[in-house]
Amino acid sequence: MVETLHNLYIGFAVALSPNVLLYAFVGCVIGTLVGVLPGVGPLAGISLLLPASFGLDATSAIVLLAGIYYGAMYGGSTTSILMRIPGEAASVMTCIDGYEMTRKGRAGAALAVAAVGSYVAGTVSVVALMLLAPPLASFALRFGPPEYFALLLLGLLMLAYMSGGSILKSLAMATLGLLLGMIGIDPMTGFFRFSYGLMELGDGIGVVPVAVGLFGLSEILLTAGQPTPPEVKKPRLRELLPTREEWRASLWPIGRGTVLGFLIGIIPGSAHIISSFVSYAVERRLSKHPERFGQGAIEGVAGPESANNSATSGAFVPMLALGVPSGPIPAVMIAAMMVHGISPGPLLIAQQPELFWGFIASMYVGNVVLLILNLPLVGIFVNVLKVPYPLLYPSILIFCVLGVYAVNGSIVDVGIMTVMGALGYVLRKFDFETAPVVLGLILAPMMEMSFRQSLSMSSGSYHIFVNRPIALVMLVVGLALLVLSLAPWLMKTLDWRQRFGLASGQEK
Amino acid sequence: MTTDRLSGAVLVVFALLVIFESRHYPLGTFRLPGPAFVPILLASLLLIFGILLLFTSGRAPRLSSISWSEWRHAAAILAASVFAVFATERLGYRLTVLLMLGFLIKVVERRGWMQTVGLAFGLAFGSFYLFYTLLRVPLPEGPFGF
Repeated sequence: MVETLHNLYIGFAVALSPNVLLYAFVGCVIGTLVGVLPGVGPLAGISLLLPASFGLDATSAIVLLAGIYYGAMYGGSTTSILMRIPGEAASVMTCIDGYEMTRKGRAGAALAVAAVGSYVAGTVSVVALMLLAPPLASFALRFGPPEYFALLLLGLLMLAYMSGGSILKSLAMATLGLLLGMIGIDPMTGFFRFSYGLMELGDGIGVVPVAVGLFGLSEILLTAGQPTPPEVKKPRLRELLPTREEWRASLWPIGRGTVLGFLIGIIPGSAHIISSFVSYAVERRLSKHPERFGQGAIEGVAGPESANNSATSGAFVPMLALGVPSGPIPAVMIAAMMVHGISPGPLLIAQQPELFWGFIASMYVGNVVLLILNLPLVGIFVNVLKVPYPLLYPSILIFCVLGVYAVNGSIVDVGIMTVMGALGYVLRKFDFETAPVVLGLILAPMMEMSFRQSLSMSSGSYHIFVNRPIALVMLVVGLALLVLSLAPWLMKTLDWRQRFGLASGQEK
Repeated sequence: MTTDRLSGAVLVVFALLVIFESRHYPLGTFRLPGPAFVPILLASLLLIFGILLLFTSGRAPRLSSISWSEWRHAAAILAASVFAVFATERLGYRLTVLLMLGFLIKVVERRGWMQTVGLAFGLAFGSFYLFYTLLRVPLPEGPFGF
C-alpha cells in the first residue's frame, strides 16, 4: 500500500506538470465535444486525434487520448438528456429517463446527477484500476501462448454472451472480424494472405479504418436523411441543483453503477455500452416503483451514467496489465502506445512506472476537469448542437476521412473505411452488432499467433490447452458461457438478457 | 423472405468464397497448421452460423419491413467518400474537401451559396492548417500546390 501511494505520488508529479495537465484538459474538452456531437463516438474522436499525438511524448499522448475517451462518456449524456439523441452509444439508456426529466423541467437536475455520478464512478474506478492492474500484471507474467489463446477466446465468447442482440449473430460477426484479421502477412510463414497484390494490405487491415467505417461513417449514413432533430432546451445554471429527494434516490444507483461498470469494463467487448444497459436493467429491477422508469426516474440516469464511466477505467485494466485490448478503443490506444515504442503488457508497470502512474494520476485530474466542464459550461457545449445536422454531418465526414488517412498516409485505408461504412450501414439495418467485428479483427492476429505457437511448443499436441491450469480454467469458463448462451436458444426459454429486456431480434 | 434468411445466405456464400480463395495457401496438417488452416477453420464456423441463421429465421422481420427512406442521402455520402478515395492524392486534400463539401451541402442538402462556400473553404483550409501546419500531419497537396 505504501508503495502504491509512493507510486501515485510520482504519478501526480507527472500528471500535474503543466504539459501533461494541458493535454489532459485538451483531451477532456475534445472528448466532451465528441460525446456531444451525434455520429462522432469516442472511437472516431480518438482515431482522428491519433496522428496528432505522434509528435507528443508517450505520456502526453496517452493522457490526451484517455481524456477524449472519458470526456466522451461525460459529454454523451448532454444530448441524451436535452434532446433524446445519444451523443454516443453508451448514452442510449440515459435518453429514456433523462429526456423525460427534461420534459418535466428537471433537465438541470438530470445533468447534475449524470455529471456527479460520472465523477464519482470515474474516481472510484481509477482507485480500483490502480489497485488491480499491478497484481494482475504480476500474475500475467505466468501467461504463455496457450493462456493468451484461452484468454482471447474467452473474451470473444464473453462478448457474444453479453451483447444485447442475437448470440448467433454476434458470434457470426466476431468470426467475420477474425476472418478480416487474417488478411496480410502470415506471421509464422511469411505468406501474403488475401492481399490480392495490394501492398498496403500486407500489414493487414487497420483497426482505425474499420472502426471509423463501422461506427462513424455508418452512423452518418443512417442519420443524415432522418428528420431534423428537436430543438435544444438549454438549462439555466440555477436549475442545476437536484432536490434532496433526487440526491437520495441517486446515491445507490451511482454506487451500484460504479461497481457494475468496472467489472463489466474488464471483460472484453463494448464494455461501456453493455454496462449502461445492464445498469439500467438492474435499477429497474431493484426499484420499488419500476413503473416510474421511462417516466423520468432519476435512477435511470444516475445508474447508467455512472456505469459507462466506470467501465472506461475497467477497460484499461486488461489493456495496461495484460496488453490485451478489451475493445476497439483500448486497441487504438495500444496502437498509439506502440507508435511511441511502448508495449503494454505485464512488464509495462515495472519498466515504465512514470507512464503508468502518470496516466493513473491524470485520470483523477481529468475527472475533476470534466466535472468543472460539464456543469457550469453545459450551455456552451449545447450550442454546438444548434449547428444544423445537414451542415454538421459533411464536416464529420471530412474529419473521418482526414483521421483515417492521416494514421498511415494511405488512401487505401480511406477506401477500407468507405467499404466498412457501407457494410456497417447494411449490418445495422439487418440488426447485426458491429462491435464484435472490430474486436474480432483486433484479436485475430494475437489469437492465431498464440494458437500456432502453442502447437509448436507441444509438437502439435492439443493437450497443451488442457494441461495448463490457467488455460484450462479459462477454456472451461468460455465453454460454460457458450452452453449458457445457446441453452435458451435451443430450449426456447428466457435467458438473463431477455429478463432484463435487453435482447432484440428473433430470440424474443 | 426474412432479414435473417438473406443474412444467412450472404454469410454462407462469403464463407464458401473464403474457403475457395484459401486454396492458394498451404493448409498444413492438424498438428502443424499452415497459413490456410485458421482461415478455413473460421470460414467453416461462419458457414455453420450462416446455415443456422438460414434455418432458424422464422421470427425475424420480413425484408419489406426495413425502411430505406434515407437511402438517397446514404448513397450521396458514400459517393462523396469514394470520390475522396480517388481524388485526395490526385487533386490534393484541400481541393478534394472543397468539392466534397460543395457537393454535399449545395447539391444534396440544397443550402445557400454563402453557407456552402463559407463552410467548404473554412473547413478545407482550416483543417489543413490545423493538421498540416500546426500538428505536422502530412496531407497531400495536389498538382496545383493547393
